[in-house]
Amino acid sequence: MDFLRPASWEDALAAKAEHPTAVPIAGGTDVMVEINFDHRRPEYLLDLNRVGDLYEWEVGEESVRLGASVPYTRIMENLRAELPGLALASHTVASPQIRNRGGVGGNLGTASPAGDAHPALLAAGAEVEAESVRGTRRIPIDAFYTGVKRNALAPDELIRAVHIKKADGPQQYSKVGTRNAMVIAVCAFGLALHPQSRTVRTGIGSAAPTPVRAKTAEEFLNAALEEGGFWDNGKIIAPSVAKQFADLCAAACNPIDDVRGTASYRRHAVGVMARRTLTWTWESYRGPRRTAKGAA
Amino acid sequence: MRVNFTVNGRPQEADDVWEGESLLYVLRERLGLPGSKNACEQGECGSCTVRLDGVPVCSCLVAAGQAEGRDIVTVEGLADHAKQRAGHSGCGTGSCGPADASASLDGADGRPTRGTDSHTGEGTELAPIQQAFIDAGAVQCGFCTPGLLVAADEMLERNPNPSDADIREALSGNLCRCTGYEKIMDAVRLAAARQGEAV
Repeated sequence: MDFLRPASWEDALAAKAEHPTAVPIAGGTDVMVEINFDHRRPEYLLDLNRVGDLYEWEVGEESVRLGASVPYTRIMENLRAELPGLALASHTVASPQIRNRGGVGGNLGTASPAGDAHPALLAAGAEVEAESVRGTRRIPIDAFYTGVKRNALAPDELIRAVHIKKADGPQQYSKVGTRNAMVIAVCAFGLALHPQSRTVRTGIGSAAPTPVRAKTAEEFLNAALEEGGFWDNGKIIAPSVAKQFADLCAAACNPIDDVRGTASYRRHAVGVMARRTLTWTWESYRGPRRTAKGAA
Repeated sequence: MRVNFTVNGRPQEADDVWEGESLLYVLRERLGLPGSKNACEQGECGSCTVRLDGVPVCSCLVAAGQAEGRDIVTVEGLADHAKQRAGHSGCGTGSCGPADASASLDGADGRPTRGTDSHTGEGTELAPIQQAFIDAGAVQCGFCTPGLLVAADEMLERNPNPSDADIREALSGNLCRCTGYEKIMDAVRLAAARQGEAV
Protein backbone atom coordinates (compact mmCIF):
# COMPACT_ATOMS: atom_id res chain seq x y z
CA MET A 1 0.00 0.00 0.00
CA ASP A 2 1.16 3.51 -0.78
CA PHE A 3 0.10 6.60 1.13
CA LEU A 4 -0.23 9.63 -1.14
CA ARG A 5 -0.21 12.97 0.62
CA PRO A 6 -0.97 15.77 -1.83
CA ALA A 7 -0.48 19.22 -0.32
CA SER A 8 -2.85 20.97 -2.73
CA TRP A 9 -5.98 20.29 -4.73
CA GLU A 10 -3.98 20.33 -7.99
CA ASP A 11 -1.59 17.74 -6.58
CA ALA A 12 -4.55 15.62 -5.47
CA LEU A 13 -6.07 15.68 -8.97
CA ALA A 14 -2.71 14.79 -10.50
CA ALA A 15 -2.31 11.89 -8.09
CA LYS A 16 -5.82 10.61 -8.84
CA ALA A 17 -5.11 10.86 -12.58
CA GLU A 18 -1.91 8.92 -12.20
CA HIS A 19 -3.47 6.33 -9.86
CA PRO A 20 -7.18 6.03 -10.70
CA THR A 21 -7.55 3.12 -8.27
CA ALA A 22 -6.38 5.28 -5.36
CA VAL A 23 -8.96 5.42 -2.59
CA PRO A 24 -9.52 8.97 -1.32
CA ILE A 25 -9.53 9.27 2.46
CA ALA A 26 -10.67 12.38 4.30
CA GLY A 27 -12.52 11.80 7.59
CA GLY A 28 -11.70 8.10 7.35
CA THR A 29 -14.97 7.10 8.99
CA ASP A 30 -15.77 4.66 6.17
CA VAL A 31 -12.37 3.84 4.67
CA MET A 32 -10.58 3.09 7.93
CA VAL A 33 -13.34 0.73 9.06
CA GLU A 34 -12.87 -1.27 5.88
CA ILE A 35 -9.09 -1.33 6.34
CA ASN A 36 -9.29 -2.17 10.06
CA PHE A 37 -11.54 -5.12 9.27
CA ASP A 38 -9.45 -6.28 6.35
CA HIS A 39 -12.33 -5.78 3.95
CA ARG A 40 -10.27 -3.59 1.74
CA ARG A 41 -6.60 -3.32 0.87
CA PRO A 42 -6.31 -0.44 -1.58
CA GLU A 43 -3.10 -0.15 -3.51
CA TYR A 44 -3.05 3.59 -2.84
CA LEU A 45 -4.59 5.71 -0.14
CA LEU A 46 -5.05 9.32 -1.21
CA ASP A 47 -5.08 11.50 1.89
CA LEU A 48 -7.09 14.69 1.39
CA ASN A 49 -6.59 16.10 4.91
CA ARG A 50 -3.90 18.49 3.78
CA VAL A 51 -6.04 20.05 1.06
CA GLY A 52 -7.32 23.09 2.93
CA ASP A 53 -9.72 24.19 0.17
CA LEU A 54 -11.91 21.19 0.92
CA TYR A 55 -12.65 22.49 4.43
CA GLU A 56 -14.06 25.83 3.26
CA TRP A 57 -17.55 26.89 2.26
CA GLU A 58 -18.95 29.92 0.51
CA VAL A 59 -22.47 31.23 0.91
CA GLY A 60 -23.62 32.63 -2.42
CA GLU A 61 -26.80 34.30 -3.63
CA GLU A 62 -28.60 31.12 -4.57
CA SER A 63 -26.60 28.33 -3.07
CA VAL A 64 -23.89 27.26 -0.68
CA ARG A 65 -20.71 25.82 -2.11
CA LEU A 66 -19.79 23.33 0.58
CA GLY A 67 -16.26 21.96 0.48
CA ALA A 68 -16.19 18.16 0.37
CA SER A 69 -14.41 17.81 3.71
CA VAL A 70 -16.29 20.38 5.80
CA PRO A 71 -17.08 18.33 8.91
CA TYR A 72 -20.69 17.77 9.92
CA THR A 73 -19.95 19.65 13.15
CA ARG A 74 -19.18 22.80 11.13
CA ILE A 75 -22.39 22.42 9.10
CA MET A 76 -24.44 22.17 12.30
CA GLU A 77 -22.72 25.18 13.82
CA ASN A 78 -22.48 27.49 10.83
CA LEU A 79 -25.01 26.64 8.14
CA ARG A 80 -28.25 26.00 10.02
CA ALA A 81 -29.96 29.06 8.49
CA GLU A 82 -28.90 28.41 4.90
CA LEU A 83 -29.12 24.61 4.95
CA PRO A 84 -31.57 23.67 7.71
CA GLY A 85 -32.31 20.19 6.33
CA LEU A 86 -28.66 19.29 5.98
CA ALA A 87 -27.88 20.73 9.41
CA LEU A 88 -30.56 18.51 10.95
CA ALA A 89 -29.26 15.51 9.03
CA SER A 90 -25.70 16.30 10.12
CA HIS A 91 -26.78 16.27 13.74
CA THR A 92 -28.04 12.70 13.34
CA VAL A 93 -24.68 11.45 12.10
CA ALA A 94 -23.15 9.00 14.57
CA SER A 95 -21.41 10.86 17.41
CA PRO A 96 -19.45 14.06 18.07
CA GLN A 97 -16.18 12.24 17.30
CA ILE A 98 -17.45 11.10 13.90
CA ARG A 99 -19.09 14.45 13.10
CA ASN A 100 -15.75 16.14 13.78
CA ARG A 101 -14.13 14.10 11.00
CA GLY A 102 -16.75 13.11 8.48
CA GLY A 103 -18.21 15.35 5.79
CA VAL A 104 -20.63 15.33 2.89
CA GLY A 105 -17.90 14.52 0.35
CA GLY A 106 -17.34 11.19 2.05
CA ASN A 107 -21.05 10.48 2.18
CA LEU A 108 -21.25 11.12 -1.57
CA GLY A 109 -18.08 9.19 -2.35
CA THR A 110 -19.29 6.14 -0.44
CA ALA A 111 -22.81 6.61 -1.84
CA SER A 112 -24.33 4.23 0.68
CA PRO A 113 -28.13 4.29 0.55
CA ALA A 114 -27.92 4.84 4.32
CA GLY A 115 -25.76 7.97 4.15
CA ASP A 116 -27.42 10.57 6.35
CA ALA A 117 -26.78 13.59 4.12
CA HIS A 118 -28.43 12.20 0.97
CA PRO A 119 -32.14 12.77 1.75
CA ALA A 120 -31.38 16.36 2.79
CA LEU A 121 -29.40 17.01 -0.41
CA LEU A 122 -32.15 15.50 -2.58
CA ALA A 123 -34.84 17.57 -0.86
CA ALA A 124 -32.92 20.85 -0.94
CA GLY A 125 -31.66 20.41 -4.50
CA ALA A 126 -27.92 20.12 -5.07
CA GLU A 127 -25.16 19.57 -7.59
CA VAL A 128 -21.93 17.70 -6.99
CA GLU A 129 -18.82 19.50 -8.24
CA ALA A 130 -16.54 16.79 -9.56
CA GLU A 131 -13.09 17.58 -10.88
CA SER A 132 -10.24 15.83 -12.62
CA VAL A 133 -7.19 16.97 -14.53
CA ARG A 134 -9.54 16.94 -17.53
CA GLY A 135 -11.77 19.61 -16.05
CA THR A 136 -14.72 20.34 -13.77
CA ARG A 137 -18.33 19.30 -14.10
CA ARG A 138 -21.46 19.63 -12.03
CA ILE A 139 -23.49 16.47 -11.53
CA PRO A 140 -27.15 17.00 -10.52
CA ILE A 141 -27.78 15.16 -7.26
CA ASP A 142 -30.62 13.18 -8.87
CA ALA A 143 -28.14 11.70 -11.33
CA PHE A 144 -25.32 11.14 -8.88
CA TYR A 145 -26.40 7.92 -7.19
CA THR A 146 -26.17 5.10 -9.72
CA GLY A 147 -26.44 1.96 -7.58
CA VAL A 148 -25.72 0.48 -4.17
CA LYS A 149 -22.54 2.27 -3.12
CA ARG A 150 -22.04 3.45 -6.68
CA ASN A 151 -21.94 6.97 -8.00
CA ALA A 152 -21.45 8.87 -11.22
CA LEU A 153 -17.80 9.78 -10.62
CA ALA A 154 -15.22 8.79 -13.22
CA PRO A 155 -12.17 6.91 -11.91
CA ASP A 156 -9.95 9.99 -12.18
CA GLU A 157 -12.44 12.37 -10.56
CA LEU A 158 -12.55 13.70 -7.03
CA ILE A 159 -15.39 15.54 -5.29
CA ARG A 160 -14.38 19.15 -4.78
CA ALA A 161 -17.61 20.50 -3.32
CA VAL A 162 -21.35 20.22 -3.33
CA HIS A 163 -23.53 23.16 -4.34
CA ILE A 164 -26.69 23.13 -2.26
CA LYS A 165 -29.61 25.48 -2.85
CA LYS A 166 -30.14 27.84 0.05
CA ALA A 167 -33.42 27.21 1.83
CA ASP A 168 -36.28 29.42 0.68
CA GLY A 169 -38.73 27.76 3.06
CA PRO A 170 -38.90 25.31 5.96
CA GLN A 171 -37.01 22.03 5.74
CA GLN A 172 -37.16 18.94 7.91
CA TYR A 173 -35.29 15.71 8.35
CA SER A 174 -36.32 12.55 10.12
CA LYS A 175 -34.44 9.32 10.77
CA VAL A 176 -35.47 6.01 12.28
CA GLY A 177 -33.03 4.09 14.46
CA THR A 178 -32.80 2.24 17.73
CA ARG A 179 -31.43 5.25 19.56
CA ASN A 180 -30.45 8.84 18.89
CA ALA A 181 -26.68 8.45 18.61
CA MET A 182 -24.48 6.01 16.74
CA VAL A 183 -27.22 4.74 14.51
CA ILE A 184 -27.11 3.72 10.88
CA ALA A 185 -30.48 4.76 9.56
CA VAL A 186 -33.13 2.05 9.35
CA CYS A 187 -34.62 4.61 7.01
CA ALA A 188 -34.61 8.39 6.75
CA PHE A 189 -36.65 11.12 5.12
CA GLY A 190 -35.94 14.69 4.13
CA LEU A 191 -38.50 17.25 3.02
CA ALA A 192 -38.10 20.81 1.82
CA LEU A 193 -40.75 23.37 0.98
CA HIS A 194 -39.75 25.70 -1.84
CA PRO A 195 -42.25 28.58 -1.72
CA GLN A 196 -40.46 30.50 -4.48
CA SER A 197 -41.09 27.77 -7.04
CA ARG A 198 -44.16 26.51 -5.16
CA THR A 199 -42.82 23.01 -5.03
CA VAL A 200 -42.07 20.40 -2.44
CA ARG A 201 -39.03 18.14 -2.72
CA THR A 202 -38.31 14.94 -0.85
CA GLY A 203 -35.44 12.56 -0.21
CA ILE A 204 -35.60 8.97 1.05
CA GLY A 205 -32.66 7.17 2.62
CA SER A 206 -32.07 3.46 3.33
CA ALA A 207 -35.24 2.33 1.63
CA ALA A 208 -34.06 1.65 -1.92
CA PRO A 209 -30.77 0.63 -3.58
CA THR A 210 -29.89 4.32 -3.78
CA PRO A 211 -31.15 7.46 -2.06
CA VAL A 212 -34.23 8.51 -4.04
CA ARG A 213 -36.83 11.22 -4.32
CA ALA A 214 -40.51 10.35 -4.07
CA LYS A 215 -41.30 12.07 -7.36
CA THR A 216 -44.86 10.85 -7.78
CA ALA A 217 -45.63 11.99 -4.24
CA GLU A 218 -44.06 15.38 -4.95
CA GLU A 219 -46.12 15.81 -8.12
CA PHE A 220 -49.31 14.85 -6.33
CA LEU A 221 -48.64 17.29 -3.48
CA ASN A 222 -47.52 20.11 -5.76
CA ALA A 223 -50.75 19.78 -7.73
CA ALA A 224 -52.90 19.57 -4.57
CA LEU A 225 -51.26 22.64 -3.03
CA GLU A 226 -51.60 24.62 -6.25
CA GLU A 227 -55.19 23.62 -6.79
CA GLY A 228 -56.27 24.61 -3.30
CA GLY A 229 -54.31 27.86 -3.37
CA PHE A 230 -52.47 26.64 -0.29
CA TRP A 231 -49.26 28.57 -0.95
CA ASP A 232 -51.28 31.80 -0.77
CA ASN A 233 -53.99 31.05 1.75
CA GLY A 234 -51.73 29.03 4.08
CA LYS A 235 -54.58 26.69 5.01
CA ILE A 236 -54.04 23.49 6.93
CA ILE A 237 -53.36 20.57 4.60
CA ALA A 238 -56.30 18.16 4.75
CA PRO A 239 -55.53 14.84 6.45
CA SER A 240 -56.61 13.01 3.30
CA VAL A 241 -54.02 14.90 1.23
CA ALA A 242 -51.29 14.24 3.81
CA LYS A 243 -52.22 10.57 3.86
CA GLN A 244 -52.15 10.26 0.09
CA PHE A 245 -48.74 11.99 0.06
CA ALA A 246 -47.48 9.61 2.76
CA ASP A 247 -48.76 6.56 0.86
CA LEU A 248 -47.06 7.72 -2.34
CA CYS A 249 -43.79 8.27 -0.47
CA ALA A 250 -44.01 4.76 0.95
CA ALA A 251 -44.68 3.49 -2.56
CA ALA A 252 -41.53 5.19 -3.83
CA CYS A 253 -39.46 2.86 -1.64
CA ASN A 254 -37.90 -0.33 -2.87
CA PRO A 255 -36.49 -1.62 0.41
CA ILE A 256 -34.95 -4.89 1.52
CA ASP A 257 -35.13 -6.94 4.71
CA ASP A 258 -31.88 -6.73 6.63
CA VAL A 259 -30.53 -6.74 10.17
CA ARG A 260 -31.72 -3.19 10.78
CA GLY A 261 -35.32 -3.67 9.70
CA THR A 262 -37.74 -5.36 7.37
CA ALA A 263 -38.84 -4.00 4.02
CA SER A 264 -42.43 -3.60 5.17
CA TYR A 265 -41.36 -1.74 8.32
CA ARG A 266 -39.26 0.62 6.22
CA ARG A 267 -42.14 1.33 3.87
CA HIS A 268 -44.43 2.01 6.79
CA ALA A 269 -41.90 4.21 8.58
CA VAL A 270 -41.17 6.27 5.46
CA GLY A 271 -44.92 6.97 5.16
CA VAL A 272 -45.07 8.08 8.79
CA MET A 273 -42.00 10.30 8.42
CA ALA A 274 -43.38 11.81 5.21
CA ARG A 275 -46.63 12.78 6.91
CA ARG A 276 -44.85 14.17 9.98
CA THR A 277 -42.23 16.18 8.12
CA LEU A 278 -44.92 17.60 5.84
CA THR A 279 -46.95 18.66 8.89
CA TRP A 280 -43.93 20.17 10.65
CA THR A 281 -42.75 22.15 7.64
CA TRP A 282 -46.22 23.26 6.62
CA GLU A 283 -47.04 24.47 10.14
CA SER A 284 -43.79 26.39 10.10
CA TYR A 285 -44.66 27.88 6.70
CA ARG A 286 -48.16 28.87 7.84
CA GLY A 287 -46.98 30.30 11.16
CA PRO A 288 -45.39 33.56 10.07
CA ARG A 289 -47.91 33.97 7.26
CA ARG A 290 -50.85 34.24 9.60
CA THR A 291 -49.28 37.09 11.52
CA ALA A 292 -47.50 38.76 8.61
CA LYS A 293 -50.60 38.78 6.37
CA GLY A 294 -49.65 37.77 2.91
CA ALA A 295 -45.97 38.54 3.13
CA ALA A 296 -44.11 36.11 0.94
CA MET B 1 6.68 5.01 6.26
CA ARG B 2 7.74 7.44 8.93
CA VAL B 3 5.29 9.66 10.79
CA ASN B 4 6.28 12.75 12.75
CA PHE B 5 3.80 14.37 15.04
CA THR B 6 3.35 15.86 18.50
CA VAL B 7 1.89 13.72 21.25
CA ASN B 8 1.04 15.27 24.60
CA GLY B 9 3.27 18.22 23.85
CA ARG B 10 6.32 16.21 22.79
CA PRO B 11 7.56 15.66 19.24
CA GLN B 12 7.36 11.98 18.33
CA GLU B 13 8.59 9.94 15.43
CA ALA B 14 7.17 6.56 14.48
CA ASP B 15 9.09 4.40 12.02
CA ASP B 16 8.09 1.47 9.82
CA VAL B 17 4.46 2.47 10.02
CA TRP B 18 2.28 0.47 7.66
CA GLU B 19 0.32 2.77 5.34
CA GLY B 20 -3.03 1.36 6.40
CA GLU B 21 -2.27 1.59 10.08
CA SER B 22 -4.46 3.64 12.40
CA LEU B 23 -3.30 6.40 14.69
CA LEU B 24 -4.58 4.25 17.55
CA TYR B 25 -2.22 1.41 16.63
CA VAL B 26 0.74 3.80 16.40
CA LEU B 27 -0.04 5.29 19.81
CA ARG B 28 -0.49 1.94 21.54
CA GLU B 29 1.97 -0.35 19.81
CA ARG B 30 4.72 1.97 18.59
CA LEU B 31 4.76 4.79 21.13
CA GLY B 32 3.90 2.77 24.23
CA LEU B 33 0.80 4.78 25.04
CA PRO B 34 -1.83 2.14 25.83
CA GLY B 35 -4.24 4.57 27.50
CA SER B 36 -6.36 4.91 24.38
CA LYS B 37 -8.24 1.63 24.16
CA ASN B 38 -8.78 -0.58 21.16
CA ALA B 39 -12.29 -2.00 21.21
CA CYS B 40 -14.54 -1.76 18.17
CA GLU B 41 -12.13 -0.44 15.52
CA GLN B 42 -15.06 1.14 13.69
CA GLY B 43 -15.79 4.37 15.53
CA GLU B 44 -18.77 2.96 17.38
CA CYS B 45 -17.49 2.90 20.95
CA GLY B 46 -15.30 5.96 21.53
CA SER B 47 -12.76 4.04 23.66
CA CYS B 48 -9.94 5.31 21.47
CA THR B 49 -10.95 8.99 21.63
CA VAL B 50 -8.02 11.43 21.45
CA ARG B 51 -7.73 15.12 20.61
CA LEU B 52 -6.45 15.78 17.08
CA ASP B 53 -5.48 19.45 16.84
CA GLY B 54 -7.80 19.96 19.78
CA VAL B 55 -10.77 18.13 18.30
CA PRO B 56 -12.04 14.84 19.78
CA VAL B 57 -11.81 12.04 17.22
CA CYS B 58 -11.76 8.26 17.17
CA SER B 59 -8.07 7.48 16.72
CA CYS B 60 -8.97 4.11 15.17
CA LEU B 61 -10.41 6.00 12.19
CA VAL B 62 -7.47 8.32 11.63
CA ALA B 63 -4.88 6.87 9.27
CA ALA B 64 -1.44 7.20 10.84
CA GLY B 65 -0.23 9.21 7.86
CA GLN B 66 -3.01 11.71 8.40
CA ALA B 67 -1.51 12.57 11.80
CA GLU B 68 1.71 13.80 10.17
CA GLY B 69 2.65 17.19 11.59
CA ARG B 70 -0.39 17.35 13.83
CA ASP B 71 -0.94 17.70 17.54
CA ILE B 72 -2.37 14.80 19.55
CA VAL B 73 -3.49 14.70 23.17
CA THR B 74 -4.20 11.28 24.67
CA VAL B 75 -5.53 10.38 28.10
CA GLU B 76 -1.91 10.14 29.25
CA GLY B 77 -1.51 13.85 28.55
CA LEU B 78 -4.84 14.91 29.98
CA ALA B 79 -3.49 16.10 33.34
CA ASP B 80 -0.91 18.33 31.66
CA HIS B 81 -3.46 19.57 29.18
CA ALA B 82 -5.92 20.47 31.95
CA LYS B 83 -3.20 22.15 33.96
CA GLN B 84 -2.12 24.30 31.04
CA ARG B 85 -5.70 25.28 30.47
CA ALA B 86 -6.35 26.08 34.11
CA GLY B 87 -3.68 28.71 34.22
CA HIS B 88 -0.49 29.49 32.46
CA SER B 89 1.01 30.00 35.89
CA GLY B 90 1.20 26.25 36.40
CA CYS B 91 3.69 25.90 33.57
CA GLY B 92 6.05 28.37 35.17
CA THR B 93 6.90 25.77 37.76
CA GLY B 94 8.05 23.37 35.09
CA SER B 95 5.62 20.80 36.40
CA CYS B 96 3.89 20.44 33.07
CA GLY B 97 7.05 20.47 31.00
CA PRO B 98 8.95 17.50 29.66
CA ALA B 99 10.27 16.72 33.14
CA ASP B 100 6.83 15.57 34.19
CA ALA B 101 6.63 11.96 35.26
CA SER B 102 4.00 11.14 32.68
CA ALA B 103 6.12 12.34 29.80
CA SER B 104 9.68 11.20 30.21
CA LEU B 105 11.89 8.10 30.24
CA ASP B 106 13.07 6.66 27.00
CA GLY B 107 13.18 2.89 26.89
CA ALA B 108 16.39 0.93 26.55
CA ASP B 109 15.60 0.23 22.91
CA GLY B 110 15.48 3.93 22.27
CA ARG B 111 11.74 3.87 22.05
CA PRO B 112 10.01 6.23 24.37
CA THR B 113 7.96 4.64 27.06
CA ARG B 114 5.29 6.64 28.63
CA GLY B 115 2.93 6.71 31.57
CA THR B 116 5.30 5.71 34.36
CA ASP B 117 2.58 4.41 36.58
CA SER B 118 0.04 3.38 34.03
CA HIS B 119 -0.57 0.17 35.95
CA THR B 120 -1.19 1.71 39.32
CA GLY B 121 -1.86 5.35 38.67
CA GLU B 122 0.16 6.15 41.77
CA GLY B 123 2.42 9.12 41.70
CA THR B 124 0.67 10.51 38.66
CA GLU B 125 -1.07 13.82 38.87
CA LEU B 126 -4.65 13.67 37.65
CA ALA B 127 -6.77 16.04 35.63
CA PRO B 128 -9.84 17.35 37.47
CA ILE B 129 -12.07 15.17 35.28
CA GLN B 130 -10.04 12.09 36.25
CA GLN B 131 -10.32 12.91 39.95
CA ALA B 132 -14.04 13.49 39.54
CA PHE B 133 -14.46 10.05 37.90
CA ILE B 134 -12.72 8.45 40.87
CA ASP B 135 -14.65 10.45 43.45
CA ALA B 136 -17.99 9.74 41.82
CA GLY B 137 -17.30 6.02 41.39
CA ALA B 138 -17.63 6.35 37.64
CA VAL B 139 -15.00 3.73 36.84
CA GLN B 140 -16.10 0.13 36.71
CA CYS B 141 -14.10 -2.15 34.40
CA GLY B 142 -12.36 0.98 33.15
CA PHE B 143 -12.14 0.13 29.49
CA CYS B 144 -14.35 2.98 28.30
CA THR B 145 -12.91 5.42 30.83
CA PRO B 146 -10.00 6.94 28.84
CA GLY B 147 -12.27 7.82 25.93
CA LEU B 148 -14.91 9.24 28.22
CA LEU B 149 -12.31 11.32 30.04
CA VAL B 150 -10.98 12.85 26.84
CA ALA B 151 -14.49 13.55 25.52
CA ALA B 152 -15.77 14.94 28.83
CA ASP B 153 -12.70 17.11 29.34
CA GLU B 154 -13.10 18.62 25.90
CA MET B 155 -16.76 19.37 26.54
CA LEU B 156 -15.94 21.13 29.84
CA GLU B 157 -13.34 23.18 27.99
CA ARG B 158 -15.96 24.36 25.48
CA ASN B 159 -18.93 24.44 27.80
CA PRO B 160 -18.04 25.01 31.46
CA ASN B 161 -21.66 24.93 32.55
CA PRO B 162 -23.25 21.99 30.72
CA SER B 163 -26.83 20.84 31.09
CA ASP B 164 -27.51 17.13 31.44
CA ALA B 165 -28.54 17.10 27.80
CA ASP B 166 -25.23 18.71 26.83
CA ILE B 167 -23.32 16.04 28.76
CA ARG B 168 -25.33 13.22 27.22
CA GLU B 169 -24.77 14.57 23.74
CA ALA B 170 -21.04 15.13 24.28
CA LEU B 171 -20.65 11.57 25.54
CA SER B 172 -23.04 9.97 23.05
CA GLY B 173 -20.15 8.49 21.10
CA ASN B 174 -18.70 6.69 24.11
CA LEU B 175 -20.13 3.34 25.12
CA CYS B 176 -19.87 1.88 28.63
CA ARG B 177 -20.91 -1.77 28.66
CA CYS B 178 -20.85 -1.95 32.46
CA THR B 179 -23.80 0.44 32.00
CA GLY B 180 -22.44 2.85 34.57
CA TYR B 181 -23.76 5.93 32.85
CA GLU B 182 -25.42 7.47 35.92
CA LYS B 183 -22.13 7.60 37.81
CA ILE B 184 -20.43 8.97 34.72
CA MET B 185 -23.03 11.74 34.55
CA ASP B 186 -22.40 12.39 38.26
CA ALA B 187 -18.67 12.61 37.62
CA VAL B 188 -19.01 15.15 34.82
CA ARG B 189 -21.44 17.24 36.87
CA LEU B 190 -18.95 17.10 39.75
CA ALA B 191 -16.05 18.18 37.55
CA ALA B 192 -18.14 21.05 36.15
CA ALA B 193 -19.12 22.19 39.64
CA ARG B 194 -15.52 22.06 40.87
CA GLN B 195 -14.38 23.92 37.78
CA GLY B 196 -16.97 26.61 38.53
CA GLU B 197 -15.81 26.93 42.15
CA ALA B 198 -12.20 27.27 41.09
CA VAL B 199 -12.88 30.28 38.92
